[in-house]
Amino acid sequence: MNRWQFFRKLAPLLALMVLVLSACGRSDLSTLRPQGPVAEEQFGLMKLAISIMLIVIVVVFAISFYVIIRFRRRPGDKTIPKQVEGNHKLEIIWTVIPIILLIILGVPTIQSVFNLSKDHTKDPEAVKVVVTAHQYWWEFEYPELGIKTAQELVIPKGKTISIEAKSADVIHSFWIPSLAGKTDANPGANENIMYFSAPKEGVYLGKCAELCGPSHGLMDFKVKSVDEASFDRWTAALKAPTSLPSDPAIKEAFVSKCLTCHAVGDQGGPAFPNLTGIGSRETVGGILVNTDDPKYSNEGSTYDNLHRWIKDPQAVKPGTLMPQVDLTEQELDGIAKYLSELKLDYEQ
Amino acid sequence: MAHGHAVKRYSGLMDWLTTVDHKKIGILYLIAGGFFFLVGGLEALLIRIQLWKPLNDFVSADTYNELLTMHGTTMIFLAAMPVIFALMNAIVPLQIGARDVAYPFVNAIGFWTFFAGAVLLNVSWFTGSAPDGGWTAYAPFSGSTFNGDHGFDYYVLGLQIAGIGTLVGGINFLVTIINMRAPGMTFMRMPMFTWSVFITSALILFAFPALTVGLAAMMFDRIFDANFFDPSGGGNTVLWEHIFWIFGHPEVYILILPAFGVISEVVSTFSRKRLFGYSSMVFATILIGFLGFMVWAHHMFTTGLGPVANGLFSIATMLIAVPTGIKIFNWLFTLWGGSITFTSANLFAVGFIPTFVMGGVTGVMLAAAPADFQYHDSYFVVAHFHYVIVGGLVLGLFSGLHYWWPKMFGRMLNEGLGKLTFWTFFIGFHLTFFVQHFLGLMGMPRRIWTYLDGLGFNEMNLISTIGAMLMGLGTIFFLLNIVITAFKPKTAANDPWEDGRTLEWTIPSPAPEYNFKQTPLVRGYDAFWKEKMEGHTEMTPAEPIGSIHMPSPSILPMIMAIGLFITGLGLMYSHGEWGKIAGIEAGYVVGGIGLIITFTCMIIRSLVDDHGFHIEPEELQDKGVKA
Amino acid sequence: MSAHSHDGHLPHEPEKATLEGRNKILGFWLFLGAETVLFGTLFSAFLALRDQVLDGPTSQELFELPLVALATGLLLTSSLTSVFATQALHMHKVKAMIGWLLVTIILGLGFLGLEIYEFTHYVHEGHGFTTSAFSSSFYTLVGFHGAHVAFGIGWISLLIGQLMKKGLTVTTAPKAYVAGIYWHFIDVVWVFIFTVVYLMGKVG
Repeated sequence: MNRWQFFRKLAPLLALMVLVLSACGRSDLSTLRPQGPVAEEQFGLMKLAISIMLIVIVVVFAISFYVIIRFRRRPGDKTIPKQVEGNHKLEIIWTVIPIILLIILGVPTIQSVFNLSKDHTKDPEAVKVVVTAHQYWWEFEYPELGIKTAQELVIPKGKTISIEAKSADVIHSFWIPSLAGKTDANPGANENIMYFSAPKEGVYLGKCAELCGPSHGLMDFKVKSVDEASFDRWTAALKAPTSLPSDPAIKEAFVSKCLTCHAVGDQGGPAFPNLTGIGSRETVGGILVNTDDPKYSNEGSTYDNLHRWIKDPQAVKPGTLMPQVDLTEQELDGIAKYLSELKLDYEQ
Repeated sequence: MAHGHAVKRYSGLMDWLTTVDHKKIGILYLIAGGFFFLVGGLEALLIRIQLWKPLNDFVSADTYNELLTMHGTTMIFLAAMPVIFALMNAIVPLQIGARDVAYPFVNAIGFWTFFAGAVLLNVSWFTGSAPDGGWTAYAPFSGSTFNGDHGFDYYVLGLQIAGIGTLVGGINFLVTIINMRAPGMTFMRMPMFTWSVFITSALILFAFPALTVGLAAMMFDRIFDANFFDPSGGGNTVLWEHIFWIFGHPEVYILILPAFGVISEVVSTFSRKRLFGYSSMVFATILIGFLGFMVWAHHMFTTGLGPVANGLFSIATMLIAVPTGIKIFNWLFTLWGGSITFTSANLFAVGFIPTFVMGGVTGVMLAAAPADFQYHDSYFVVAHFHYVIVGGLVLGLFSGLHYWWPKMFGRMLNEGLGKLTFWTFFIGFHLTFFVQHFLGLMGMPRRIWTYLDGLGFNEMNLISTIGAMLMGLGTIFFLLNIVITAFKPKTAANDPWEDGRTLEWTIPSPAPEYNFKQTPLVRGYDAFWKEKMEGHTEMTPAEPIGSIHMPSPSILPMIMAIGLFITGLGLMYSHGEWGKIAGIEAGYVVGGIGLIITFTCMIIRSLVDDHGFHIEPEELQDKGVKA
Repeated sequence: MSAHSHDGHLPHEPEKATLEGRNKILGFWLFLGAETVLFGTLFSAFLALRDQVLDGPTSQELFELPLVALATGLLLTSSLTSVFATQALHMHKVKAMIGWLLVTIILGLGFLGLEIYEFTHYVHEGHGFTTSAFSSSFYTLVGFHGAHVAFGIGWISLLIGQLMKKGLTVTTAPKAYVAGIYWHFIDVVWVFIFTVVYLMGKVG
């Protein structure tokens, strides 16, 4: 009996908690569940702002409801209320209090503005990455390590990652909600810098945040934070020679139809996503999630996803520059199989 | 009739096409703006249907981008602005005791150029490609390299032509308010709505030319291969962002200030109380208008302007909260101690106050640049600006329309349907947009065609879509109300709410052609209320009854606008689409013909003096002015 | 309203005699405020882009100051003659007014001719409209001003015709007065163009 009443009292509270938690989103995607110091600093500012604003809202709502209920006209009431011109004391109060609230918010804002704009491009401790956005994929170049990859930004955990962002075509915006706020990737000379770090290992979702074309909403990428030894193995594996398909027919098709645009290891063209290690990436095309236990229509095994993507890229990402390549069924199967097995063995 | 000047007066359709009467032009603005509000609303519903579930393919990605671009552009330039202009035209001259606006002819030009631009922009739907890069049209995506079809040609030319109309409208109202006030109507006795229109017009005057230049430069880039915003030609994409937002931010205040004015009038009338802190309200309005020009770069925190600029613009933006806060509390204390009656107009006004505060506080949150790195271009921003534009402006416009409907049309809107409109629209609005704050914070970027499953976005998007349907239902109730009301007799009294405080309630509903039989003498703020409190039923006249001079109707404004429309259309198709005439691109020839039409009209207007006509005192009596 | 229109005796400032006239003058000043923002934006765009010359000639290689100085001289003189026209208006001397307005548009035509010559010369030097961001923004800024001069010439010509036909009335006076303000405005804009585009382009 007692216990029942206790739960009955607790139930609304629990429901509220569930609602609040579900409203926070996924930990690898939500700004409300920051996973690194930059996002945490931004979340701190958000929390401060939300708290101040809640005070304002509560005051305004309270006065509104009081006024609406207390001063409603009774039927047939013909009286004329007192015509008040104003009240200097009150008017000063509601001028000064907002100013004070704004100072409370403004000071940490300014501190944070300068803190988050620190330039780490010369920091010897930082890992430098040049991010080049393309319609609808991301190119990641590590100039100091001499490597280039696409769609998946692999980083050593805990280290500062110094980003230089630019675009090869239209304006995009580089955003990893759970790690750091966004910075625009501009074409031309307006390059931007930012930095972030991920103290914990894990995979974080990145997104394009500036309308860039039909597949803007599908221009996702991943940030994969690994321990330093794995990162070193990854960079080494990326530079190591890569073998082409063993079947000569598949090899011929792959070289003549894929490597004209894409690169694998030291072979092929640099203009489009580098395919080295594509088999061990989290996704194909940024949005087809590789998993052995598919739940949603955008999930499948690495092989299935590659097959689906190569077969009809426009169906997956409308407007992508990847054409529907003229391949026989065997060639398609063979290339998808080859690519799905093109793995980099760096994680333990 | 008049002093020997026979002026042809039209009736029926020709009357509407040639009218220079500000009240009729106001109605034209309302019809056109209302139509585009429905178009933009339909686009919004299609957007919400596409997003109701993950990986939906109700519309294609291309169409979706066209819908979101046209929704934003239509709602701001073709729906909100003209409905604001409708209220300005219908009410401001009446509130200041004027017989007319300063330039009745130019006023008609303003409407017709707006309408020509609006139609031109929407023609794009039927020629195969609407603009698809967002209402902000960021280069180089909006340039010819990445947008080879004609979508953005329609955007730059349509908005350019519509912008001319807005600019001349703004100048017209500035001059009207400065020069045409009735005797005794000092600036500090002007009703708050008139004040807000005055400041809005000043903002239009100084903001729209920046857009003119931006659109011209983008047009040169697209049509004449200039290099303003094309990085490969040495152009700079960030320059477009600056030019756009130097216009774009004041534009936000151009939209919201008139709503502030409406709320001030409605709240005061329906609580039977003088507006609390009138002078601080005026001061706050001026300050908001001024600060509106200092904060444009807060739309560009992620563009890479550097910490000094970001810091300065953060603080400047936060400062706007102070005058806005003053206004909120002044409204609340106008209600405080009043005798409040909840007509549908007042429901919208009272609903506006807390709703707008919610949009305002998220605005202050967005002002903190480092946090904005997270909010920017996410659904949080979408929620914020819909809270201020729909929760602020649109509720304000609904309030104003319910309030002034009898003055515009002589018929009262149905109160029951009005309240139904309010509740469905209001609840639908909060359902739609409240959850979007959280979607944004959870990592959903704006302007996305679809989203993946399993990201936690599904439920809230569904709620949002249901809310949008409710808003659509509210709009249908409003339309129904208009139709039902249109069949009722014109029986509205001079002062149908019985608590009217300002000059527009001293004259018949709808206002006669000449507005005031005798120009009233204004003896204080809330001029009519002051007379009522002293036991008078009407204003003291400032002049004897005499003949009233009226401007002649003219078809020229409409023809001028048609000329501009033809020019715009011709310029777009000047890359061989229409072939050549005598070695010149046919598009240029057509464009030239359009310009000749427009300039010819201007020359005719300049050469032929308009003497107008007079309404004689006997006629005034005939029209049976109600006591 | 029309009390003075058929009257032989014009007031001292006929342009401000009617409410329409006063409205016209106030509205025109406001319009010039908008024009200021328009040219301000064009100047900003030019300043932002003027170093982006790509393969085209730089401003130092291109500009020839004597020619531009001559054009400046013509336009500034025309500003003076338009003042004389407004003075004649206030003295109700229609013929003198028409004469000064004629001188004004002749000087304006001279300016425009020099500008057209200058532009064709630049195009031959390889400085076309589409050459670079510098050239696009240069031609847009200076061309917008040139278009204003051309519009002003057309407008004042039309006014001269009206003044000859209708004489000086309370209807034509505000038109002439406003055209004078407009002409001063485009002169002032030119002073800025001469300084910012040509002088600064030559030295820096």
